[in-house]
Amino acid sequence: MSSNRFNAFSNHGVGIGLRIPHYQDIFSRKPVVDWFEIISENFMIDGGRALANLDRILEQYRVVQHGVSMYFGSVTEPDPEHLKRLKQLVRRTGTPWLSDHLCWGSVDGTYTHDLLPLPYTWEAVERTAERVRNVQDFLEIPVAVENVSSYAAFTDSQMTEWEFLNEVVERADCGILLDVNNIYVSSVNHEFNPMDYVNAIPAGRVAQIHIAGHSRYERYILDTHDHPVIDPVWQLYDRAIERCGRTPTLLEWDDHIPSFDEVHNEAKKANKFLHKYAESAAEKVAAEAAQ
Amino acid sequence: MTVPSMSLADLQRTMASAVMQPLTAGENMRAKSRDGRPMRKVAASFIAPNSNLTPFERLEIYNRQYWYRVLSALAEDFPGLRAVVGSRKFHALSVAYLDAHPNRSFTLRNLGSHLAQWLAANPKYAGRRHALAVDVARIEWAFVETFDSAEDTPLTAEQIATLDAGSKLALQPHLQLIPLSYPADELVLNLHQRDKKQTSEAGVASEEDEEPPIALPHLRKKPTWLASHRVDFSVYYLRISREEFSTLAAIRQGIGLADALATGFVGSRIPAERRAAQVQQWFANWAELGWICTPPLESIIKD
Repeated sequence: MSSNRFNAFSNHGVGIGLRIPHYQDIFSRKPVVDWFEIISENFMIDGGRALANLDRILEQYRVVQHGVSMYFGSVTEPDPEHLKRLKQLVRRTGTPWLSDHLCWGSVDGTYTHDLLPLPYTWEAVERTAERVRNVQDFLEIPVAVENVSSYAAFTDSQMTEWEFLNEVVERADCGILLDVNNIYVSSVNHEFNPMDYVNAIPAGRVAQIHIAGHSRYERYILDTHDHPVIDPVWQLYDRAIERCGRTPTLLEWDDHIPSFDEVHNEAKKANKFLHKYAESAAEKVAAEAAQ
Repeated sequence: MTVPSMSLADLQRTMASAVMQPLTAGENMRAKSRDGRPMRKVAASFIAPNSNLTPFERLEIYNRQYWYRVLSALAEDFPGLRAVVGSRKFHALSVAYLDAHPNRSFTLRNLGSHLAQWLAANPKYAGRRHALAVDVARIEWAFVETFDSAEDTPLTAEQIATLDAGSKLALQPHLQLIPLSYPADELVLNLHQRDKKQTSEAGVASEEDEEPPIALPHLRKKPTWLASHRVDFSVYYLRISREEFSTLAAIRQGIGLADALATGFVGSRIPAERRAAQVQQWFANWAELGWICTPPLESIIKD
């Protein structure tokens, strides 16, 4: 069971990303959704409609925060204003854990607004783990780091991506937001076997899983979150659930967003895998009890 | 084990510089870096190839993604400016602005915070509609600020009646004061309606389509004093007098009430005997609109 200290021993099932085109549907129909993931930065503001909408959502649903600009791997320190606003939002939402990406994106106070890959070096391990620890201490809730899709690899790298991820989370003592679509995208772009990645992650640290679609170009794949999940990604998800047990799962769909029902139905396909391993776990317990 | 050829800090500075360098007209990465080195060599100094892509091509993916993302975010916040100058000029001015002012904030919301000021200082990017373009940019940035700034509890009319000459006040945080050369607020409202309609008809924003500057109704230059504020989560514009505008601006600077009013009436043609009634009317309006608040505690303690 991946209900662990990295997701505050949550029983969250399958959620979807909270997106503006779906507000009307959500407010008028109040559909049953296990939880919503919000992009923290969209709500790190002082007032107005976005916060009012968030408060309406919080009255009805569980919300988990996901960030896109903490840049744990950046060499320059995070903006104190960013951290202050993030903590204010954490108090507002009551998010049981919070995630952001294992990447960098700002340097010397200038922001690229991209999730740029890190070189897999020991220097980057130390720097990133220290930053994750500091942020986790400041926010006083569990933090999970997400593996990103990448299109470039560095000549300086001293280990594989999964070895790098494992070193960072061990040293930071934090959770993992395992994005199986990102693993697939990177495996094509960097020519490795994605199952090696899934098999190497420390299952007990997986706080949450992301699933998503992507766009395939002639010579590379882009992580665009604008399509349904493809079968090879479901296979990675299947293996991840087999290893981690029932884990909070979130479908990301950020561009060319279809109707609420279409997104929600796509997300709920994950239940097939969650139930499959819940049943086999139950059978195992029953068999052990019978002996 | 390999020893890294550059520090993490150097790698991040090198990559950020390459990623944030403007693309060519054909939307490719430039052949030379900002310091004149061949970009192929720069890319190969820290990025490994794979069987499909060279280091240059891999870096180019990030270079394109950066520009697509920031240009699209800026276009979303300044649809009126884009319509006034046309899509081609808007693209050029956006690239020049973002090259001069890469975002120093963790949020894309603040990307356009310097645009109006930058455009005022760089008239060549707006062409013959420069002054109007600056006005439109000011109004559109004020919209961003008004839309999601804080809303403090305003003073009631009864509380306002107790103020004296030395009272120091604060303005409602979402109230923005915008000095304009043209009465451009209605134009901006119309342009936003037009943009909303096009977006909903197309299903997506249309910043990728090439559009010439739109035909505009004749607007005569006229100093205009605009306030933007929020009611029930919607942004409204209100034209106010120069005196009212200057008084509000002085209050926002933390100047005591009597001095703020004196500042507001400098050079005013309003006869002295009508000013008291005028001030009373302003305060009645401000109380109704919720524009006057108490200053933050720390500013009172500092004084």
